Amino acid sequence: MTEIFSKIALYFSFPFVWYALIVGVLIAFCSSLLGVTLVLKRFSFIGDGLSHVAFGAIAIASVLKLTNNMPLVLLITTLCAVLLLRTGRNVKIKGDAAVAMISVGALAVGYLLMNIFSTSGNLSGDVCSTLFGSTSIITLTQTDVWLCAVLSVVVTLVFIIFYNKIFAVTFDESFAQTTGTRANLYNLLIAVTIAVVIVLAMNLVGSLLISALVIFPALSAMRIFKSFKSVTICAAVFAVVCSLLGILISIIAGTPVGSTIVAVDIVAFLVFRAVGLLRERRS
Amino acid sequence: MPLLSCQNLSLGYDGIEIVKNLSFDVNSCDYLCIVGENGSGKTTLMKTLLGLQSPMGGRVITGDGLMQNEIGYLPQQTIVQRDFPASVWEVVLSGCQGHSGLRPFYNKAEKKLAKENIEKMGLSGLEKRCYRELSGGQQQRVLLARALCATKKILLLDEPVSGLDPRVTAEMYALIEELNRKEGITIIMISHDISAAVRYASHILHMGDTEFFGTKAEYIDSDIGKSFAKGGRIL
Repeated sequence: MTEIFSKIALYFSFPFVWYALIVGVLIAFCSSLLGVTLVLKRFSFIGDGLSHVAFGAIAIASVLKLTNNMPLVLLITTLCAVLLLRTGRNVKIKGDAAVAMISVGALAVGYLLMNIFSTSGNLSGDVCSTLFGSTSIITLTQTDVWLCAVLSVVVTLVFIIFYNKIFAVTFDESFAQTTGTRANLYNLLIAVTIAVVIVLAMNLVGSLLISALVIFPALSAMRIFKSFKSVTICAAVFAVVCSLLGILISIIAGTPVGSTIVAVDIVAFLVFRAVGLLRERRS
Repeated sequence: MPLLSCQNLSLGYDGIEIVKNLSFDVNSCDYLCIVGENGSGKTTLMKTLLGLQSPMGGRVITGDGLMQNEIGYLPQQTIVQRDFPASVWEVVLSGCQGHSGLRPFYNKAEKKLAKENIEKMGLSGLEKRCYRELSGGQQQRVLLARALCATKKILLLDEPVSGLDPRVTAEMYALIEELNRKEGITIIMISHDISAAVRYASHILHMGDTEFFGTKAEYIDSDIGKSFAKGGRIL
């Protein structure tokens, strides 16, 4: 036991471990806030779709040899989020099909571009780390941490300020609209925020595993809690605790960060599900 | 001046017109039932009255000081709501959303209004219960309480009794009638149930191939009303 503690103590003497921990917790927190709304709106897969779009955007950025790919990735991902969450009546290809199409399309084009215009010798390594985020979290710079912290605060503030409106729009869009709430505006807001969170989360868990951060906290919380507020709070706590645990385990065991966090999420989900079932049986 | 006035409305979607030249007035304290076959444009009319959709022609005028966001709406349940984790309190309070503008949280007056409407709908004690665990009748009363938070003047109900058993249906109709009589709330209701429409409504709008708008007595005397009273169906 003392061995583990001294190992942790050793690791925490490096700033990059702190960075990883801070960024990981912040990102997990933000994704869980929006996760509740996305799961309820039947958009669970949107995280997955958008992260593939972000992957494609990163490929484009690397082809263009941009040193800072963040603005471009953010822009492209936001645009796609807006397109996907647009709930207009004239949409020809509906929800899940549109997400699937954009997601695999972006993934394929991204990989293709990376292959054709590859500049580095280790192509499969590059692709793998973009998809699973295995190495990028420990290469975070101080600027990345600051950017992440600022955006997290913005996302959290937006969520708190518009909490009641987000609830109204999620629960019943047409009712909200008749009482004068501008449902389309808030859908747009949700779309833009989720895009920001996803681009941030690319660094942590890579593009294939982001959906896990979005859906596991919400789904787990919904097993036990019955009101929107309690579900939201529980999801946020769940996300923070699981990502902390996941990062610590990955440091000790030397496993990849992203997949360790998701594994912790899965275990915690099963626990919540069991507790939920027990409660139901008792009542 | 009528509360709602529809003038030469043309309704439809995707460029196909399904209703032409529809004109009628709804006055304060009226109880209007909209009946008609499926596909006759009842829901489209409702959406137009609510301002969710713009008419292809003609216009809807609100009068008597009625603002567009003061129309209470009881929609049909959506799939999303069936497993939505929300307490009764949260759902009812969300009816106040339209009046709070950009203010992020609800104020005392809005919370009081929500509480009153919960009591009025006989839901006291259920505030903390989860919406999806309630019975169908209770869920409808929660949505009705929410709609009452949004309006003091007019309620639009989209088939409020569909899926309810006969006893709960009768209770629901009684509740709506009470709102109309005692509180003076104008009711516009879409219904499949012609016998209930004839029993409770003051005015009837029949949509379909033959259109009719008038008071209940006029409807019963009309050809179209007679064929329904006999239990016949209009093809």
